[in-house]
Amino acid sequence: MVELNIVDAIKYALEQEMDRDKDVIILGEDIGKNGGVFRATQGLYDKFGPERVLDTPLNESGIIGFAVGMSLYGIKAVPEIQFIDFIFPAFDQILSELAKFRYRSGGQFTCPVVIRSPYGGGVRGAHYHSQSPESLFAHTPGLKVVVPSNPYDAKGLLISAIRSNDPVIFMEPKRIYRAFKEEVPEDDYTVPLESAAITREGKDVTLISYGAMLHITMDAADLASEEGIDCEVIDLRTIYPLDIDTIEESVKKTGRVISVTEAPKTAGFGAELSALVAERWIEYMEAPIIRVAGYDVPFPFVLEHDYMPTPERVLDSIRYVYNY
Amino acid sequence: MRKILNLDGSIAKNTEEPIIPNDELLHWYEIMVQIRTLDTKGIRLQRQGRVGFHIFTTGQEGHIGIAAALGSDDWVYPAYREHGAALLRGLPLEDIIHHLFANDLDTQKGRRLPGLFGEKNINFVNPSAPIGTQIVQAAGTAYASKYKKDGNVVAVFFGDGATSSNDFHSGMNFGAVFKTPTLFVCMNNQWAISVPLHQQTAAEKIVDKAIGYGIHGIQVDGNDILAMYQVAKEAVERARNGEGPTFIEALTYRLGPHTSSDDPSRYREDSDVENWKNKDPIVRFKKYLIKKGILTEDQDKEMWDHYDNLINELIDQASKRPLPSIETMFDDVYETLPWHLKEQLEEVKKYSNR
Ligand SMILES: Cc1ncc(C[n+]2csc(CCOP(=O)(O)OP(=O)(O)O)c2C)c(N)n1
Ligand SMILES: [Mg+2]
Repeated sequence: MVELNIVDAIKYALEQEMDRDKDVIILGEDIGKNGGVFRATQGLYDKFGPERVLDTPLNESGIIGFAVGMSLYGIKAVPEIQFIDFIFPAFDQILSELAKFRYRSGGQFTCPVVIRSPYGGGVRGAHYHSQSPESLFAHTPGLKVVVPSNPYDAKGLLISAIRSNDPVIFMEPKRIYRAFKEEVPEDDYTVPLESAAITREGKDVTLISYGAMLHITMDAADLASEEGIDCEVIDLRTIYPLDIDTIEESVKKTGRVISVTEAPKTAGFGAELSALVAERWIEYMEAPIIRVAGYDVPFPFVLEHDYMPTPERVLDSIRYVYNY
Repeated sequence: MRKILNLDGSIAKNTEEPIIPNDELLHWYEIMVQIRTLDTKGIRLQRQGRVGFHIFTTGQEGHIGIAAALGSDDWVYPAYREHGAALLRGLPLEDIIHHLFANDLDTQKGRRLPGLFGEKNINFVNPSAPIGTQIVQAAGTAYASKYKKDGNVVAVFFGDGATSSNDFHSGMNFGAVFKTPTLFVCMNNQWAISVPLHQQTAAEKIVDKAIGYGIHGIQVDGNDILAMYQVAKEAVERARNGEGPTFIEALTYRLGPHTSSDDPSRYREDSDVENWKNKDPIVRFKKYLIKKGILTEDQDKEMWDHYDNLINELIDQASKRPLPSIETMFDDVYETLPWHLKEQLEEVKKYSNR
């Protein structure tokens, strides 16, 4: 076991996978000598050299398109997009190419690229260093969308993503990159994709979250328990495709569901969760299905903590559904 | 501009005739005949409502010369007018016809507009439709080959319109910076649907763009299959020697409409088309073959008749095949079916009579 924070766990996974398979190649802006602006690739350039750790020109569409081409040739390309806010120039390559290659070629050509990118607010990053666009990817058949919330999962999920034969958008919660450390096995291990975790068991209210918001959600559950409300917390880990069974079991048990996400509320991932629960298990519901989310504005700067869900905001919704 | 064949099929002054075995030359010609015939059949089928769409290659058969300079382990990224390259690389003709009909034998599983196809076993990459995206992918594939040190090169085709796209820029730049073994082949057919070249770029020549990327560039008569072969051969050599990518601007002309949905009379003069018909790559190459005694007029006529009949037969067979089964709608989104796709498949089966 080693004590690692999330960013180190990610680096650890990359290093181990690159050790294991010489066809794993990473590429991105400033990931080489500089080790990435968040240092997620620190030391990898020195260890694996410029042929496997590519400092690329500043062009996200180029990074992803280049990775797609490498991947079609059997390379496991793991590009980093420096901030997910800058992924939009690559949208065409992601939506039209990466996500559709297997399908459009009748299964002949596959490009299981893993795109790593830090996402999310709470770091004084303002509009363009804070966003959380997971719904845009979850709306794209062919992609898998993974969001870890802790070092153990970060390592195990990234290894699974790298070994997956499908393309993965791997969103890294940069707000908690270094927030805490935990024991992580040094060995090779995987956390399966498309499998959620019950982070806290409870019987009264189901809280569904992932990534950085998972911790806000856990704090809210602690506050609620002081008031005698027993919350269950689901960490989705992979948001698309979803682990529907874990959700089903929990919501049938509690009959009260709240999702906690930091992206703008309208058409955000919470909307999908609400719809799924309503469509399938409305008869179990004791209260409205609630979304606690970011507001429908561009991501603010000095007011970011008013924009994002807080434990207090989540707690209010917990009280509301509990007492409904 | 590089050119080897005069319009009358003779070898241009001060140029060297490439040495190519006769049977190979004849094979190139045969493929030209096949794809030209596919165009006349394809548009008729589309007009009859028997196939959904048609994309023309007429006038751009010179691309076969580029493909001929590649080995079977090399890769090709087509735009969508490179059917000849696929056939030259060994795609059975009937596969294209099944694909046009999008039937159960279509290896694209009936998912694509007719004309947009790829084939893994001949390293002929499946194209999308957003213009230009393949250009940077080709650079990436070539990088992968360079990394694996297996000596393969990657040729990517795109149009003049595509040179305005984002991924033309990213592809040229990444290819140059990483010195990838890539042939960037611009089939400059003078039009991007209705937009003429001078509205696509203010550059005097497209090939000049190569300079800005630090890429070796060359302009070639795209209707001269021998010149196309020759410049591609040199570019392949440079690529295999580790000298990096080459940009090839092939001057050609789309003699037909953009697609079956297009009416070129809205935007271009017939006289322009007539002018380019005089430079028809098939006519020119035929004259060369006849001059060399590789082909006679009689054999030529026989060849056209043969493919006319054969393609009619293949159309007859392909048109009788059923559509792909409803299950195929959900295959290949992922390696395995996730729960929600299983549910959706069960649902659609209830409503489908297929
Ligand atoms: C990104 C994008 N924009 C628009 C289109 C519609 N479109 C299809 S082909 C085409 C013109 C392409 O011209 P060019 O690259 O010169 O190729 P050509 O068809 O002449 O061979 C356009 C505008 C598209 N497919 N993709
Ligand atoms: Mg054009």
